[in-house]
Amino acid sequence: MSDVVSLKRVSKTYHLDLVSVPALTGIDLEVRADCFTVISGPSGSGKTTLLNLIGCIDQPDAGEVRVADRDVHRLSDDALSDFRARHIGFIFQNFNLLPVLTVAENVEYPLLLARVAAAERRRRVAELLEAVGIGDKARALPGQLSGGQRQRVAVARALAPAPRLVLADEPTANLDSHTGEQIIALMRRMQEQHHASFVFSSHDPKVLAAADDAVMIRDGRIERIERRAA
Amino acid sequence: MKTLALALRNLLRNRRRSLTTLSAMLVGAVTILLFGGYSRNVTYGLQTGFVTRSGHLQIQRKDYFLYGTGNPAAYGIADYERVIAVVKRDPVLAPMLRVVTPTISLGGIAGNFAAGVSRTVIGSGVVVEDRNRMRRWNDYGMRFNYSPSPLTGTPENAVVLGVGVARVLELCEPLGVPDCRPPARAKAAGERVPQDVAALAALEARPEKSAGEARIELLAANVHGAPNVASLVAVKAEQQGFKELDDMMVGMHLAQAQRLLYGNERPQATAVVLQLAHTSQIPAAKARLAELLATTLKEEPLEVQDFATLNPFYGQAVGMFAAIFGFMAVLIGAIVLFTVGNTMSMAVVERTAEIGTLRAMGLRRSGIRGLFMLEGLLLGLFGAAAGVAVALGVAALVNRSGLTWLPPGQVDPVPLTVHVWGEPGLIFGTAAGLALVAVVSAWWPARRAARLRIVDALRHV
Repeated sequence: MSDVVSLKRVSKTYHLDLVSVPALTGIDLEVRADCFTVISGPSGSGKTTLLNLIGCIDQPDAGEVRVADRDVHRLSDDALSDFRARHIGFIFQNFNLLPVLTVAENVEYPLLLARVAAAERRRRVAELLEAVGIGDKARALPGQLSGGQRQRVAVARALAPAPRLVLADEPTANLDSHTGEQIIALMRRMQEQHHASFVFSSHDPKVLAAADDAVMIRDGRIERIERRAA
Repeated sequence: MKTLALALRNLLRNRRRSLTTLSAMLVGAVTILLFGGYSRNVTYGLQTGFVTRSGHLQIQRKDYFLYGTGNPAAYGIADYERVIAVVKRDPVLAPMLRVVTPTISLGGIAGNFAAGVSRTVIGSGVVVEDRNRMRRWNDYGMRFNYSPSPLTGTPENAVVLGVGVARVLELCEPLGVPDCRPPARAKAAGERVPQDVAALAALEARPEKSAGEARIELLAANVHGAPNVASLVAVKAEQQGFKELDDMMVGMHLAQAQRLLYGNERPQATAVVLQLAHTSQIPAAKARLAELLATTLKEEPLEVQDFATLNPFYGQAVGMFAAIFGFMAVLIGAIVLFTVGNTMSMAVVERTAEIGTLRAMGLRRSGIRGLFMLEGLLLGLFGAAAGVAVALGVAALVNRSGLTWLPPGQVDPVPLTVHVWGEPGLIFGTAAGLALVAVVSAWWPARRAARLRIVDALRHV
């Protein structure tokens, strides 16, 4: 099983007025393809920073980041944008759906950015909405949906451009436990169906339990990595 | 999509704020258009006044415009009839021409010797039928009533006086001039016509003065510098629109003016007046006339002056209105700039997390910039469109209101009209200007949105 993400000696420090806060220090990490990987650790441990670097929405101060066979730390801002549009999907804690677009349009938007043809867009949107169980909500606005339904839309949106990597930052944090379990099950199923690599940041035990690989992080350093599946 | 759909829906997201911004733009657009329409109306009114009086173009002897008024006889066009014939026959000019007519300007002294009064005057000799056709020119559809020249159907010795001339010459009663108090002065010693002047006037064939007739004597220097006097009958005192003209103007038949200046010699004209179908034809007509003056009509040193040169007041008035319009447009532009800028800045702050999401999904910085600038453009277009619609409605109301006013250079009050409909340049210029200002004002917030760090934007609450 090849690696979809590879980080070598990656460091990141935040500079806040007069103080510098090291968020990550000398991170070496390989994320296996087609796996359900969870990054876990206490608050302030650097989970989100690590996820941001893997998701190419932030740049390391030092080290190398390789995602989907590209050295992304060398790419320009526009090239990174194009790379994200084609290879990375995002699921946010607060769902972050565009409130003025319908459910179907939200799912379609990343396909527009990836320049997918209109007919193919329509087919993929319908297929994904059915797959996440909200085919009947295609014309609804996000404000008309429950939290669980919104996160389902977010999952469908993240998978729309058929990315190699889907990143989810605390995807169940704003959901009740039952809905959270449903979303975890959904994401697991979608990961297997779409052969995408899912990387989460979470300290939800249920997410952790569902993971193929678990990366424990503390004080900006990887404490241990548990490889649970072959 | 969808950038356009997204931008449109984002505008509808905060309807109250968008409506407030649109209202500011609407008021701005209406103000610009109504004032623009009003100033167009004044400009067209002035232009119509000048063109009906002095035509679009005048062919004059070289330097007449600068020096000729002091000695018009020396700056006459000797073969003016040939000039007129050539101009009328010319295949390029002919389709543009409405009237081609000779005219004479002269300086002299008009006297009512029976009353012992006289004053210096400017005489203007015209072909009455041609002038009546010129008076009908109304290319801009101005609302005024055509009235023929008071010289129409009068004998050759008839004249029209400016109201001021009639007052000074104490001809108020026979000419029906209002507000004409009897002069509080002692009678001059010479109550009778001086003998030398009487002798000169006697050379002119004149009927006996009838009761109530307003007779004047007009003294002018002929082409040789010798004095020449005509005994004339004033048929009407007419407002000229400017006091300076009212106090100086004596209008007469061309033949009479020619006899005063040239006696029995071959008559000349001080100018050939050309009235075109449309003012926009002036450049083409001038260019063609320049060719003719350099070739077919090169025997005499002639030049062409347009109505704006002949009437500097026109350019001054147009310039003044343009300056006021520009000042007003800049002020309104600044208000729109800050209003739209403020709206877009608030939108950027409110949608920071959304900007982060879009960027994370792969929308480039330019895409974010374009989205907010498109929202600014849409605001501008909607504001301008609403402004145009309201301005057209208000203009139609004003035009039907029956209000009147007295524009500069006019004699009678004219309906207050606002010329917005039928002014595509004004309408589209205003709309495009407002849209441009809206885009420019959205540029800075859009730039700020595009430069946000994705992780910072996503963290924004």
